[in-house]
Formats: sequence, C-alpha cells, structure tokens
Amino acid sequence: MLKTFPKGGVHPKENKFSAGKPIETIELPKQVSIPIAQHIGAPAEAVVKKGDQVKVGQLIAKSGGFVSTNIHSSVSGTVLKIDNVLDTSGYKKTCIIIDVEGDEWLDSIDKSTELNTNIDISVDEIRNKVLDSGIVGLGGATFPTHVKLSVPLGKTCEYLIINAVECEPYLTADHQLMLEKADEIMVGSQLMQKAIGANKILIGIENNKPDAIKIMSEVAKKYENIEVSPLKVMYPQGGEKQLIKALINREVPSGGLPINVGCVVQNVGTAFAIYEAVQKNKPLFERVVTVTGTSLSKPCNILTRIGTSTIELIEAAGGLPEDTGKVVSGGPMMGKALSAITVPVTKGTSGVLIIPAKKSSRPKTYNCIRCGRCMNVCPMGLEPYKLKNMCVVKMHEELQAERILDCIECGSCAYTCPAGIPLLDYIRLGKANLNKILRSKKS
Amino acid sequence: MDIILNTLITLSALGVVLAVILFVVAQKFKVIEDPKIDEVEACTPGANCGGCGLPGCRGFAEACVKAETLEGLYCPAGGNEVMKEIADVLGLTAEEKEPQIAVVRCNGSHDKRRKTTTYDSALSCAVSATLFGGDTDCQYGCLGLGDCVEVCTFDAIYIDEESGLPIVDEDKCTACGACVTACPKDIIELRNKGKKSRRIYVSCVNHDKGAPAKRACDSACIACNKCVKACPFDAIVVENFCAYIDYEKCKLCRKCVEVCPTGAILELNFPPRKVKVENTETSEIEN
Repeated sequence: MLKTFPKGGVHPKENKFSAGKPIETIELPKQVSIPIAQHIGAPAEAVVKKGDQVKVGQLIAKSGGFVSTNIHSSVSGTVLKIDNVLDTSGYKKTCIIIDVEGDEWLDSIDKSTELNTNIDISVDEIRNKVLDSGIVGLGGATFPTHVKLSVPLGKTCEYLIINAVECEPYLTADHQLMLEKADEIMVGSQLMQKAIGANKILIGIENNKPDAIKIMSEVAKKYENIEVSPLKVMYPQGGEKQLIKALINREVPSGGLPINVGCVVQNVGTAFAIYEAVQKNKPLFERVVTVTGTSLSKPCNILTRIGTSTIELIEAAGGLPEDTGKVVSGGPMMGKALSAITVPVTKGTSGVLIIPAKKSSRPKTYNCIRCGRCMNVCPMGLEPYKLKNMCVVKMHEELQAERILDCIECGSCAYTCPAGIPLLDYIRLGKANLNKILRSKKS
Repeated sequence: MDIILNTLITLSALGVVLAVILFVVAQKFKVIEDPKIDEVEACTPGANCGGCGLPGCRGFAEACVKAETLEGLYCPAGGNEVMKEIADVLGLTAEEKEPQIAVVRCNGSHDKRRKTTTYDSALSCAVSATLFGGDTDCQYGCLGLGDCVEVCTFDAIYIDEESGLPIVDEDKCTACGACVTACPKDIIELRNKGKKSRRIYVSCVNHDKGAPAKRACDSACIACNKCVKACPFDAIVVENFCAYIDYEKCKLCRKCVEVCPTGAILELNFPPRKVKVENTETSEIEN
C-alpha cells in the first residue's frame, strides 16, 4: 500500500503528454522582459538603467528586503527600458526589458557539465550563494529559498523533504529534470541538508513516474541518508503540508510552518538550481518549462531563459493551435490563465498549457445544493461552500474562525463542484480581504 | 368538572405569579433611553445606508444625542434639510454641507475600450479584480460587473447595457458612499453636486503613460497637460499620468472640456454650447 495524505484530494486525468521528452533549449529570444517581482515578498530594486550593457548572469535587480531576492539578467545585450509590462498576475508590473545581443556569459559562471560532488563549504556560504543567485521555490510558490534555509533559533530540523511529486496534471518539467539531472539534484539536496542541519533527506515521487523513481533510487544509493519514497497518485500531494503528512505522518499546525514539525520542504527544481548556484556559480536565470496541451502538435520540456515571451515557447512546441481558448501559466489546477500570450516566463512558471476553446469556458453556474463534495475533497478539512458564502457577505471574523487562511488554494473544491461554482475565486478574495484587515490591525 | 376547575385555578395562579415576576424584573432592569433618540431617528431617512459611518440610522441618532456639537456628524442621505431638523430637535447647530453625488470616473464604454480577453468566473468586480486587471487592456477601468449596483440601497445606480458602464441616477443618489467603498478599482468618487447639478470631472483613472493609455481606450486621459494650461483657476493637477479636477476650486468654466483631445473630461447638465464656427458652416450650406 503506497503512502498518501489521508484527507481529501482529487485525481484528475493525468494527461502527461510531454513525459519522456528530453529537455531542449530553444533559440535565444530577440528581447526579454524580466519582472522585478518574481517572488513572494518585497519586489527587487533595479540596479541597471536604460542603455546599460549586461551579460548573462549579471545582477540587474537586488533584493528589496529579507523576504525578497536578487534578479539576474538571462541574456546579454542592452537594457532598452524599464517599463510596465503585463505579467502572469494579469496586471502590468515593472519589468527590465533587454535587447538581446549575442550570448556572452559572466566569466565567473562555470559552464562545464562535469559533476561536482564536493560539498566542503560552510553553511553561511551556502546561504549567501543561494541569496546572491536569486533562488526561489521553483514549484510555483516562488518563496525566497534563503529564508527557508535559515532555520529559526530554537527550532531543529530532522528531515529535508524534496518535493518531486509534480501532482499537477500535464506538467512534466520536474519529472524530466529527475531523469536527466539525478546526480545534480542529490548534490543540491545535500547542500540544503547541510544548510539546515537535517539528519535525513526524503524524496517523495508519485507512482506515475516509475522511471524517475528507479533512477532516483539508484542514484540515491551513492549518497548517504537519502531515501526515495514512491507515493500514491493524488492531487494536491505537492502541497507541502500534504507531502509531510504523506511521508512522515506529521501534521503542520494551523497557521504554522513545516519547521514546527521538524522539516523543510523544497522542490526538486530548487535542489537543482542550488547545485548550479553553489557548485557552478550560476545564478537562477533559466528554468525548465513544460509546454503542453491536447491540441499542441509537439508538447515538450524546454530549458528557457527567464523573461522569454510565452508565445516563443509555444512556437517552439509547434505553434499556437487555431482553436485555442485559453493559455494557462502553470498547471490546469493551480495555474493562471494569461491575459496575453506575450507575458514573460518568470521563475515561477512551471508550465505553459494550451486549452482548446471547447474546453476552456467554465460550466454554467447553478445554486449550491449542499452536496458536500467540496468538503470531502478539501485536503485541509475546510468547508469551501460555507467559506464562499461568508466571503460574499464579508463575515471576516467568522472566516478567520473557519480557518480560511489555511486554504492552500489547490482548487480541488472548484474542480469537483457539480454546480460549477467558482469557489476558489471567492475564497481567494476572502483571504485577501482578511489579510488586509489583519495587517491593518497589526500596524 | 374538577379537572377543568383545577386547571383553571392553577393556570391563573401561575399567570399571576409570572406576571408579578415579569413586572418586577422589567422595573428593576429598565433601560432608560433618551426620548430624544426616538425623535432624532424619526427625522432620519431610515434607510440604514451607513453613509454616515455609523451602524444604521438608530446608531446615528444615538451618536447625535450623545454628541455636544454636530461637528463631524452628517447624514449624507438626508442632506442639509435633515441635519437642520435634527439640530432643531437637539437645540444645536448643524454645519451646512455642499450636496454631493457619486460620479463614475471611467468613460471606457465597449466601443471605446476594446475587449482583449473573456472573463467567465463569478460575476463580481471584487473577485475579478483579484484575478486579473480586467478584460480590456486598461487595468484601471470599470469592470462592469456591478458591485456598485449590488450595494446601492437607493436603487440609484445601474449598468447601462450599451456602454457596459454604471450610470448614477441623479435624483436618487444620496452620496452615501457605499458604491465608493465597493468599487475595487476606486473609480467612483463623491463630488460636489454643483449649481443646477452642473459638474465637470475627469472621467478616467488610467495611470499609464499616454501611449499605452490611448491604445487601451479611446477616451483615456493621456496626461497631455492641456487642461492644466487651459484652467484659469489652477483647479487641475496631473499626477501619475492622470488629470484630476479639484471640485472646490473648479468654477465650471468648461475651458478644459474644450481642449481635452480624447474627451476624457466630462461636463454634465450644461446647456448646449453656442458654437460659432458650426453656425456659419450650416448657414453656408443653407445658402
């Protein structure tokens, strides 16, 4: 019997069309737009201005606070301007726009592909390298990694959990990365383990990736204290609280962090990025993005530079199909429909999903019949139908008592609702309003 | 017979005892309320719109009676008349306020502001605003989903189907401000109603630079500063690429409306202008 989390969850059709497709690189774009806010927390501050020459890997925006991180140029060329560009959020945000000229990397970056397993480096050095390289959680939440690697005083960390679940349907970026870069991921994980002082590394992989489980288990034997655990396929197992429950059967308290139960969860992509940052001195300026969809002619996994326009990725995957109704950044469950296909790829873009027009519109909405399906699938044990109604009538105190802030926004409730009610959209609004109220109370 | 008699006696005795208890309790825990509160409440419109910032008309009446002066207390729905009545009841003086009205500062009707995406989630502006900037290229403009209509107690605002924008009914709007707080885009503003309901305002809140603003909407404010130069009373400021007319300073001369190249400045309830050039043209044609 394979492990999984006990409460809620759904199992949408997997549709992993791009599984097994090797990671490819595409032609450099002519222009990139790099947003200065690609992470959770304070936006970075631009340190370049119009007309500046930049190289690949050069710092172009520096961290704007503790919960913030650096941003590096993904191309070499001239800064055209700093302007507002439509990004994944659907709003125009400040971006550094660079005209690409050649592909000149900083000399400090080690471009060799040789494996470097030497982790004889101090903890502070690892943390500084991670901050300097602008590494954020690559699973999609984009939380600055150096913050997670700083274990608060008085807390100890037993387990480092590497999240290789990739529970979102369609996406295969992490899967492919594991097949091709297993050794690098292991070294990256060991670096993180060293930084947080964890005893053991657990790697959770869902059972729909048997080849990845096999390769990772074999490679793990070469290193100490790394264990690969196959997990039952269930969405949202990639949520850190669900993954902790599934792997070590501990429950993160409401409002708490994984460190409260002695673990830190990092994405497998982040582990690879840390390997590159520490061992190869390469800042985070490119990532693997899955470009996929039922109507797409060539679904694939692309190693792309941050700031590349989404349409260029789609072109590389066979062009935008005629009957496209929606282009989603991320997976179908938690991803976000884009307002324009020119939106740049950011550190948090794990996939680009093309949905045909037939399937892209939402179902007609009917009244809630209190069937309770949303409660059954909620992995956090909330009552989405009730939260939705409270959000509509702005009962914020009651919302807080109903633990709305525990919602991980996985979208299982809206996915399963037979009345087609966009439950999560309402809950997000309620969360935003409640957070606003709590912040104003604090200050 | 006995049963009926016994029942009657017991119930009557019980009734008397309970009545005495209730009477004693009612006397003991009597809430003495100022009768003036009732009087003041009778003066208020009774709509419980919350425009005064207090919980309903009763709450407002209580606050008025408690207060030593009526400063800071104002019933926007009732206006100066109601405040005068209340002041008379309480023997205080009420400050006179210029009557106000809600204005919608977006002019991007369907024909001027082209749709670039389709939105099909919950029909609520607040929900939509958490998801994206809007279904046009203008991320500041009206979403047209009617959160303002929903909150209006006076039925004074509705969405015009042709333009997709909310329209304020001048006779019904009491400037309670419910729509102002409901609008997630901060488009609705309370402005002085003006003499004979004549008003001039910039009907745009787009903070983009001129070129992208104009691309997104034909009647966007492009921050060209023409109105600022034309205004003889220094009533207009351009901040963050958008003009704003200070209604306290504006003397309704309409010079800004004439110079605005995009038609972002609106004039309401003015008599038609005497346009000299047009007159000569028409007379020529007639000749």
